[in-house]
Amino acid sequence: MRWTLLLCLFCFAAGVWAGDVGQIKAATGAVFLERQGQRLPATLGMPVLESDTLVTGADGSAGVTFSDNSVLSVGPGSVLAIERYAFDSTTHNGHFDASLKKGTLAVVSGKMVKQSPDAMRVRTPSSIMGVRGTEFVVKVIEPGN
Amino acid sequence: MLVLVLGALVILGAIYAEPVPPEKTVVVPPKAVVQRPPDETVVVLPSPDGHTGTVVVQRGGERHVLNRPFAASRLAGGQSEMVQLSDAEVRQSFAVTLEALPARPTTFLLYFVRGTDELTDESKQELKKILAELKQRPVPDIMVAGHTDTVGKLEANDLLSAQRAERMKGFLIEIGIPARQIQTAGRGERELLVPTADNIDEPRNRRVEISVR
Repeated sequence: MRWTLLLCLFCFAAGVWAGDVGQIKAATGAVFLERQGQRLPATLGMPVLESDTLVTGADGSAGVTFSDNSVLSVGPGSVLAIERYAFDSTTHNGHFDASLKKGTLAVVSGKMVKQSPDAMRVRTPSSIMGVRGTEFVVKVIEPGN
Repeated sequence: MLVLVLGALVILGAIYAEPVPPEKTVVVPPKAVVQRPPDETVVVLPSPDGHTGTVVVQRGGERHVLNRPFAASRLAGGQSEMVQLSDAEVRQSFAVTLEALPARPTTFLLYFVRGTDELTDESKQELKKILAELKQRPVPDIMVAGHTDTVGKLEANDLLSAQRAERMKGFLIEIGIPARQIQTAGRGERELLVPTADNIDEPRNRRVEISVR
């Protein structure tokens, strides 16, 4: 009983910072995070949350490191939505769904993919990518560009 | 007489004539704009250790399994295909994006004296390397994950591993790392570095893993 209570306390403590899913580690040119209808200029060290959308201008690029040690970056003219993210640092279970609407993306998958190979999915307008522990790049070019 | 017959024929003809359909408004469809989907390219890269993982691309009914370095799945002009690209063309095409990719997290392993949250003497020396690594990064943060061997119950090991992580956080704060940059987790006996049966005293499993990222 005592252990269970203590465990609950630890779980609660973990939950306090579970909202931060990642952190901006690189930002050059125009970089924004769209959060609840607001467009915030992204700065180094700024937390990235679930449901944020990372947007770069024509001269922008940005890099993010996530709590499961996955890292990603976007190049100029990109829109990347972090649709779902959760990671349990005790069990390493989690899920990571991101969607590249346009632009370029580079990804190095992290610990949750090692734990469960179906944990990470990246979507583009026409495709869905399942990620089995790897590094990859994606480009989406809108017609006329 | 002839006039009468002709008159009757005209009348009959009028009766049997096809009814003239009421005039319809002809809708001319606007010239159809074919909305072509955006072009897409997905490429698998080898990791720095030379290993290449797998990306499975599902596009409509198609499924492309990319598991060789620079294997790519492409959608161009509505045509979907698998192609092999070269290192050079991928690095060039994604140069700015790859330049922005944050350094991969670096991991350090430190070991504990059995059943305690005391570091072994060798591991105390490792702390200096962690400081050096921190200086390499523009906005460093640290994840400290504690682990145990399989001696004792799962719940007790969850607690011990969390204590080890917290103790380590204390060391890191002592050597000058701000507390807000450090997160901790206890993984208990879930991730044995050296797989063993239950209740095995294994020093290499009594460790903390520190990710500098």
